[in-house]
Amino acid sequence: MAPVGRTLLILALLIAGYGIFASLYGVRTGRREWVDSGRRAVYSLAGVTTVAWVILEAAFLRSDFSFNVVAAHSSTTTPTFYKLAAPWSSQEGSLLLWVWLMSLWSSLILFLTRHRVREIAPYATAVLLGFGAFFTSLAAFFANPFATSANPPSEGAGLDPLLLHPSMMIHPPMLYSGYTLMTVPFAFAVGALITGRLGSEWLSVTRRFALAGWLFLGVGIVLGARWSYTELGWGGYWAWDPVENAALMPWLCITAFIHSMMIQEKRGMLKVWNVSLVLASGTLAILGTFLVRSGILDSIHAFGASTLGVPFVILLAVMISGGIGLVLWRREQLRSDAQIDSLLSREAAFLFQNLVLVAMVFVIFWVTFFPLISQAITGTKVSVGPPAFRPFIVPLALVLVALAGIGPIIAWRRVTAANLRRNFLIPVLAGISCTVILIAVGGVDDRPFALAMFGLGTFVLASVAQELWRGVGARRAMTHELPPVALVSLVRRNRRRYGGYVVHAGIALLLIGVAASSSFQHSRNVTLMPGQSTSVDGYKIAYVRPTVAATSQKLSFGAVLRVSKGGHPVTTLRTTRGFYPSQDPTQGPIGRFFNGEADSNVGLRAGLTRDIWTVVNPDLTPLQSRISQGDALFTAAIKKTESASLHLPPASAQTAMSQLWQLRDEAIVGIASRYVTHPWPINFLFIVDPLVTWIWLGTLVVILGGLIALWPVPRLVRRRAKAAAPARTAPAPVAPVREPA
Amino acid sequence: MDVVVVVVVLFVVVLVISAPLRRARQTDAAWTGELAELEAAREAKYREIRDAELDHRTGKLSDADYEALDSVLRAEAVVILRQLDDVKERAATAPAPASGR
Repeated sequence: MAPVGRTLLILALLIAGYGIFASLYGVRTGRREWVDSGRRAVYSLAGVTTVAWVILEAAFLRSDFSFNVVAAHSSTTTPTFYKLAAPWSSQEGSLLLWVWLMSLWSSLILFLTRHRVREIAPYATAVLLGFGAFFTSLAAFFANPFATSANPPSEGAGLDPLLLHPSMMIHPPMLYSGYTLMTVPFAFAVGALITGRLGSEWLSVTRRFALAGWLFLGVGIVLGARWSYTELGWGGYWAWDPVENAALMPWLCITAFIHSMMIQEKRGMLKVWNVSLVLASGTLAILGTFLVRSGILDSIHAFGASTLGVPFVILLAVMISGGIGLVLWRREQLRSDAQIDSLLSREAAFLFQNLVLVAMVFVIFWVTFFPLISQAITGTKVSVGPPAFRPFIVPLALVLVALAGIGPIIAWRRVTAANLRRNFLIPVLAGISCTVILIAVGGVDDRPFALAMFGLGTFVLASVAQELWRGVGARRAMTHELPPVALVSLVRRNRRRYGGYVVHAGIALLLIGVAASSSFQHSRNVTLMPGQSTSVDGYKIAYVRPTVAATSQKLSFGAVLRVSKGGHPVTTLRTTRGFYPSQDPTQGPIGRFFNGEADSNVGLRAGLTRDIWTVVNPDLTPLQSRISQGDALFTAAIKKTESASLHLPPASAQTAMSQLWQLRDEAIVGIASRYVTHPWPINFLFIVDPLVTWIWLGTLVVILGGLIALWPVPRLVRRRAKAAAPARTAPAPVAPVREPA
Repeated sequence: MDVVVVVVVLFVVVLVISAPLRRARQTDAAWTGELAELEAAREAKYREIRDAELDHRTGKLSDADYEALDSVLRAEAVVILRQLDDVKERAATAPAPASGR
């Protein structure tokens, strides 16, 4: 089916080209049928790339090594679950995934808006198909997933062991969905700029897609953090890696847009700012893809150096220069209709929050690209690393959390001193109380930033709780519903507002977790023999016994550890390090099973207050002499058996080789067993980390809030609201019509 | 088999893309964009009125502030509604957009 896949890629390119022409011709001549045909080109692109994707997945599932990409990224021993995920571990497959997801999201928005935004949509269609054409060209001409080999190998190289993790099944599609969803607001912003329709219409159309992109990208980022925490074996969840930063920048930018677009919707302000944020988010999403594809910055996530850098640089140059040109061209129409009435208003808080978010993006961009900037200026690539981020990001994050608490409890347009007192009293008292209690308990005096984050996080949680409490009270005063029923009704009828508040609470939980785990972490790197123990943060950790396991996939060397505190058992931890067979024949017939790629399986006891985390890093040097002996013996035996096989019937030759492989496997198990029978000192990393679980719980709360905000308003509520509002805005005096809160 | 798959996909694509071109010719009226933009502005204003009302009920706005704000918002909504009426009036008197081959 590879030729079909290659043909479909060419067909996809032709469809994208036609769609761009049809959309632009239709909108320029005012002929609706051509615009509709252009929109249907997007549906067709989605259909064709879906078929192409199914062909690629089927090749992976069948272990069809005639596909180069399958031979390089899968093997017959790769579990089926991971064969499904293997396509996006490759450069070629991930490009196809990008264009496939982009075409699906584009089809969805163009279908939903087929009777709306009729002036803007054709230009947006052309832009989306432009992205489709770009990525299809890359997949067709630079990194073709359907390239085949005339002499396919009998076995594939297998999937990178680090990617053998459940979150890898959903982390890349989540990130890519986030990136591709961000092209949707970008395309509609370009359409709005070209047509000059810069009011509320394009915002109302793209809001939900911006929110979906924000949610998907955010979930993708946290899944990556979870993978790092449980798979990479260094004990952290965030390393300020360029690829991590590349995902964080558009997420911060679209977060700013989701807030500032409300100011434009309500007040007609910040039009330049909003289109700029959307254009920046779209460009940063492409930049993120570029960083992963090009390998220009060193990252554990990057695909290594490739030839895709130049096309991406050209695309980014077009996006940046085109975006700036369009904004300058429409600068008159982008003037604000109003001004901020007071600095004590929600608009002002949102604006300040936007500035903080953009400042964060600027810092992250500057420090991430500093190696390239330094190389361009001095000729030397200088990496500054994580410490360069903290002095800027930590204070900005504190301001951001404070604003996340202020936003929900401050009113739009104007605030009086009495209202400020009434709304801020309880949350501020809660924040101060938390801070005072923590100071009294002790242990936080030398970590002022963490202490401030705990106080501000409590302030946010209290402000959200107060809002929900008062909302439920207002609802019950009108309807006399039971509190839980009133809460559900309140949230259902005001999903944007209360979904947003829940997100704020989740972010507060998450950042409290980040502050605690990064400021109060205790770690120890120690070498132990079975029976020996060490102490970390009051926990006694004893190395009970070594473990070894040999499967067709890998050799695992591990340890069983017993954790106790004050003489009371706490938990038993099991950690292993797995070695996957290398495909490099120079490693030797035995050595290649001990010297291939390795992954870590951490021993983790997660809890609400703290995680106890450990990883074993076994040094296999004591086995090396036996491995070398085995290599010499089996190299000679293999040569001898192969020569002898030339004079034997094929069935007998195969039997002879099978017996030899069986002996080799027994030798490998025998050598590996010495890890248990003749144990030697093994290196462990132990970490006791408080409140890490809050990061994952906070994320779940954020997802819940995001889904609430994304969920469509029930039709009944929309109808009632539509009926009520015109009545209340009628110029003649009318009886007040009250829409239940 | 490969050729059959490609031909079937190509046939479906051509069918889907060319369907609108086989319909009667359609032209959008000049006022469509303006109308859609005003309708979006109206919805946003209604939402703002509802938000102010909820802010008042939950104590973020005092009675006096709410009354002042509500009357401003209503006045802004009335302006949008009048603009909408103007566009609709123009639309009613304008010649119908082209439709046919």
